Amino acid sequence: MKKKRLLSVFLCTSMVASLVAGCGGQPQADSGSNADADAPKDDVTIKVAALETGYGSDMWKEVCDAFTAETGIKVELTTDKKLEDVIGPSMQGGDYPDVIHLATGREAALTEQFIKGNMIAEVTDVLSMQVPGEDAKVSDKIAGGFTDTSLTNPYNDGKTYLMPMFYSPCGLFYNAGLLEQKGWALPTTWDEMWELGDKAKAEGIYLFTYPTTGYFDTFFYALMYSVGGPEFFDKATRYEEGIWETPEAQKCFDIIAKLASYTNPITPAQANDQDFTQNQQLVLDNKAIFMPNGTWIVGEMAEAPRADGFKWGMTALPAIDKGGDSYSYTWFEQAWIPSGAEHIDAAKQFMAFLYSDKACEAFAKSNAIQPVLNIADKLQGDNVLFYSIYDNGAKAAMGNFAAFDAIPGVEVRTVFLDPVNSLVSGDMTKETWIKGIIEGSDKMRANLKK
Amino acid sequence: MKLSAVLYESCKGKEPVDMKENKGLKCFRFLCIAPATILFFVFMIVPTFNVFRMSMYEKGAYSPNETFVGFKNFQTLLQDANFIRSMQNMILLVVVVTVITFAFALVFAGILSREKIKGQNFFRIVFYIPNILSVVVISGIFSAIYKPENGMLNSIIGLFRDMSDPILWKGQSLVMVSIIIAMVWQAIGYYMVMYMASMASVPESLYESAGLDGASRVTQFFQITIPLIWTNIRTTLTFFIISTINMAFLFVKAMTSGGPNGASDVALNYMYSQKDAGLFGYSMAIGVVIFLFSFALSALVNKVTEREPLEF
Repeated sequence: MKKKRLLSVFLCTSMVASLVAGCGGQPQADSGSNADADAPKDDVTIKVAALETGYGSDMWKEVCDAFTAETGIKVELTTDKKLEDVIGPSMQGGDYPDVIHLATGREAALTEQFIKGNMIAEVTDVLSMQVPGEDAKVSDKIAGGFTDTSLTNPYNDGKTYLMPMFYSPCGLFYNAGLLEQKGWALPTTWDEMWELGDKAKAEGIYLFTYPTTGYFDTFFYALMYSVGGPEFFDKATRYEEGIWETPEAQKCFDIIAKLASYTNPITPAQANDQDFTQNQQLVLDNKAIFMPNGTWIVGEMAEAPRADGFKWGMTALPAIDKGGDSYSYTWFEQAWIPSGAEHIDAAKQFMAFLYSDKACEAFAKSNAIQPVLNIADKLQGDNVLFYSIYDNGAKAAMGNFAAFDAIPGVEVRTVFLDPVNSLVSGDMTKETWIKGIIEGSDKMRANLKK
Repeated sequence: MKLSAVLYESCKGKEPVDMKENKGLKCFRFLCIAPATILFFVFMIVPTFNVFRMSMYEKGAYSPNETFVGFKNFQTLLQDANFIRSMQNMILLVVVVTVITFAFALVFAGILSREKIKGQNFFRIVFYIPNILSVVVISGIFSAIYKPENGMLNSIIGLFRDMSDPILWKGQSLVMVSIIIAMVWQAIGYYMVMYMASMASVPESLYESAGLDGASRVTQFFQITIPLIWTNIRTTLTFFIISTINMAFLFVKAMTSGGPNGASDVALNYMYSQKDAGLFGYSMAIGVVIFLFSFALSALVNKVTEREPLEF
């Protein structure tokens, strides 16, 4: 009997121990955040987690090495194409990287969750920090406007929480070769756009396609700017009451609904994460003329077969009226520091270093363009054309829908963008779509982050 | 299965043949069961309990704060049109996929085990192959089959009708049908092999005497084969329900991500997306509903199909 009791004691202990071990990873919430301020820097190792996108991960290694050489702070780098899956579980256990490079707008919406949960450290002071190894301050280097948007200051209180990273002008991508061959002029207004649509349809080419409805976000933002300017955009993205009944909003809806009727009808069937490249292929095959996209498309479709004489072109959204403003949305990624990070001060230094000449050059070699002044000389290839879009008269549109506390079943993408699939296939009317937007928008306003 | 067998054995060991030996044996058995029990407790019981607990709370997946909200999550669920649609889709899949797979698997098993046809083994392997493939591979295959332009299916149909307006297999109106086809294709082989195994144990003499009495092949199938493998059928029905709920998530995630515009969303996929939206508690409430639903449905099916077991 004694043996048995001993055994059961052992079993119970091991069971409890395994439970405790499961919870053991959680550090005390605030410990260490200021402990390293006076500590010698050689001892500090910061953990950097960066999303590996089309730019590859070599540039991150180069930048991290340069940072260590400059400051003596060691860097432990993690890069992955599905970064959420790699760092997510350990963060749930309370183990946070010090710097995370991961943009909003991803399907797993990890950055959004941190914004909604107020779990990002404020980095306003990074702007006034000196870039390691240089005389300039960070704010002197970052191009104007990038740190004033809701993407970097999500709580609309003038404080910066996320730092702008690699930017890319977004607009409508098309086959410039096709327009040249056919002698069609690039439309500058929406009326010209519809004319082109009719002409193209007669030849069996559709005017428009889109990879997935997610790509409509940049399109929708730029459209809101061109319809009502920054003022309308600010009101709309803060879900102001009655904003969707205004003539400006109606104009937006009219254009998208009309565009849906000019869209290649097979688009919605391929507008999912597995088949979206087939939709991009439609442009390469001259089966659709325009699609909303970003500069990464060139690299993404580099290996794809294409029609003879294919040449990438990119244009801002057409203006509403002749002589009106045309906008191109400036998409950029973000880097941020989780408030649970261990070495916040060292992390801020790393952030500042991301805007140094050395880092910008390393990034630019992989075509990742930092939003710093005078970056134009570092551009190469197709990018020279794409990034000159703002020099050619297009205005820059920036910002996004304001953050709100999570609401069951209501997300920006499902309310505003996903129904476009149904508009194209004719399973939903414009009126139902607008009704859904008004209802969703009411809920979002009620849950706005303060 | 193993655990219950061991428990059964240890109960049997109660007759005291030799007290001392028996005690050592008990210890040994206890040691043998312990690891499985602990693992089961830590990785099954505790998480399941946590799902139920978290469904009463509201919290982001990464935020440390949780607020107790009682049954609010469940009340919201009832008014969430997206959730109701995803449940409808899930139930549709459970019912239709089960019925079609069941019918095909049974008929194929009947043919392959009772009839003398050439290449029996070949067919057996061919039918089973989809089951070995990963769901991601299957969705890749079906993406190629369903491609609107020069996809396999549309190319074949194109021989008979004009295809200038291609059929959109992954479009809003047909997407559920497409998923059903892929799921049935994947599942048939597995159940067919299960039915074949139990059909093999039905004694040949029964068929011989039925044949002498003039019963046709079809009558034999319904009057002899099915009643005699009934226990097996009951077990597989429970498998169907549980696996279809799980597989539906995998297929939808890999084939359509719930699109277009949520038309192919299923409950588990919706639960996943709500977690990503930062509603951990809410998604756990969805998990609870699915848990109870699959439990209740399995129990119901089990009850309805209850028959006196036939001996042979």
